[in-house]
Amino acid sequence: MRGGRKYFGEGLGYLDISKVKGHLIVLEGTDGVGRSTQMELLQSWLEVKGFGVVTTGWTRSNLMSRSIEMIKQGNMVDGRTYSLLYATDFADRLENQIIPALRSGFVVLADRYVYTAWVRDMVRSGGDQWIKDVLSFGLIPDLVMYLRVDVDTLIHRVIEFGGMNYWESGMDLNLADNIYDSFRKYQMRLIKTYDEVAKEQGFEIVDARKDVMTLHEKIRQKVAEQLKIEV
Amino acid sequence: MRQKGATSANLKKKHEYPGKLIIVEGIDGSGKSTQMYLLQQWLIAQGYPVFRTEWNSSILVKKMTKEGKKKKNLTPQTFSIIHAADFADRLQFEILPPLKAGMIVLADRYVYTAFARDGVRGVNPQWIRNLYQFAVKPDLAFYFKTPIQVSIDRILSGRPKLKYYEAGMDLNLAPTPEESFTIFQTRILKEYQKMIKEFGLTVMDATKEINEQQTLMREIVTKELKGFTTKRRNYERRQKVFWRRFGLS
Repeated sequence: MRGGRKYFGEGLGYLDISKVKGHLIVLEGTDGVGRSTQMELLQSWLEVKGFGVVTTGWTRSNLMSRSIEMIKQGNMVDGRTYSLLYATDFADRLENQIIPALRSGFVVLADRYVYTAWVRDMVRSGGDQWIKDVLSFGLIPDLVMYLRVDVDTLIHRVIEFGGMNYWESGMDLNLADNIYDSFRKYQMRLIKTYDEVAKEQGFEIVDARKDVMTLHEKIRQKVAEQLKIEV
Repeated sequence: MRQKGATSANLKKKHEYPGKLIIVEGIDGSGKSTQMYLLQQWLIAQGYPVFRTEWNSSILVKKMTKEGKKKKNLTPQTFSIIHAADFADRLQFEILPPLKAGMIVLADRYVYTAFARDGVRGVNPQWIRNLYQFAVKPDLAFYFKTPIQVSIDRILSGRPKLKYYEAGMDLNLAPTPEESFTIFQTRILKEYQKMIKEFGLTVMDATKEINEQQTLMREIVTKELKGFTTKRRNYERRQKVFWRRFGLS
């Protein structure tokens, strides 16, 4: 348990979080690094250990579904609007899921966190402070694990499982005239930016090129250290 | 890539687009929409190309806002960001294109609405200003100042029922919507009052007769439009169509 929780910035003036306990654990990384599989494994393991677990995922708030539907139907969206939709989703989950769960002493597992929005906006806008300021009402997590792969491993995985889509390929940025080259360039930029953020924020970096169980073992170790329990 | 300069504090410096941005602000029932409508009619009659946009109207975000309002699960922070998303969308697709094309854009409510309402809801004022730092500074920002009682009488006589968020019911200020609305709008008035100086709003006395207000508004707009040349052509009656000479007719 960690006393004295903090916001990244000024935070929500109307919400006192100093006594919010629980554990906030985040898995970050680009698409196709196996985050959801690891989330499930980690949740089961923690539950077997006797911890109450609540999971939350990027864009999973009910508010977002309508807008995402519209975007997927091909409506044009400006990059900044996109970032603000992400921020709305995050604010909704923070206040309606994450903070209440932490207050009740749960371990909250977050599949992506504010860093996803930071990285996305930094890659798209050339890295200004704006998105960090916007998301400065977020709680600082107790542990952030960055599941890292190189772009070639990523490409193989993505092609094998489901293929490349328009947004994950950053096609709207006109980086290349075909989806493969665009995907490669876009994801390389994302990885590079994630690396920078990881260094700056002190993420635990986990090599996600390893097979599922080896990766899970690594993650268990880090979580066990954080929760001060046996692996 | 985001446009250069779009991230600095734009609200304090004049924009460089050929068009004009005129906005109206004020609490509910201040008569600002009526005044904007009359101004629009007058501008159109003079041959100006006019484009109008309203607060909280982008289709991309509207359903989301509507649903959140219906379920009453919008927190002050989500309420604030959702409106910023709406604004960002409209800025990109409704405000900037006509401004860049040299048209007059009329906006019914602008970022100051967010500063006032979200501030009253307890959202950090500096954070809100940062959130909207990409907004364009209006060429004219009219604030229709109304005593609280005038606004309440107008609203209560004209509307069947006050809406939940409109009345600030989410703040638990009072048990009935009418009382809550009064307290909420009074606080919003105070926020507007503070912003007059901060953002150089043009204050209009909204207790005056409609046509008196409109006359004054038109005088101020006329001054602002001095030297403003519109690129509008007479679309219907082209006199010479040069490209026809290639014999496509």
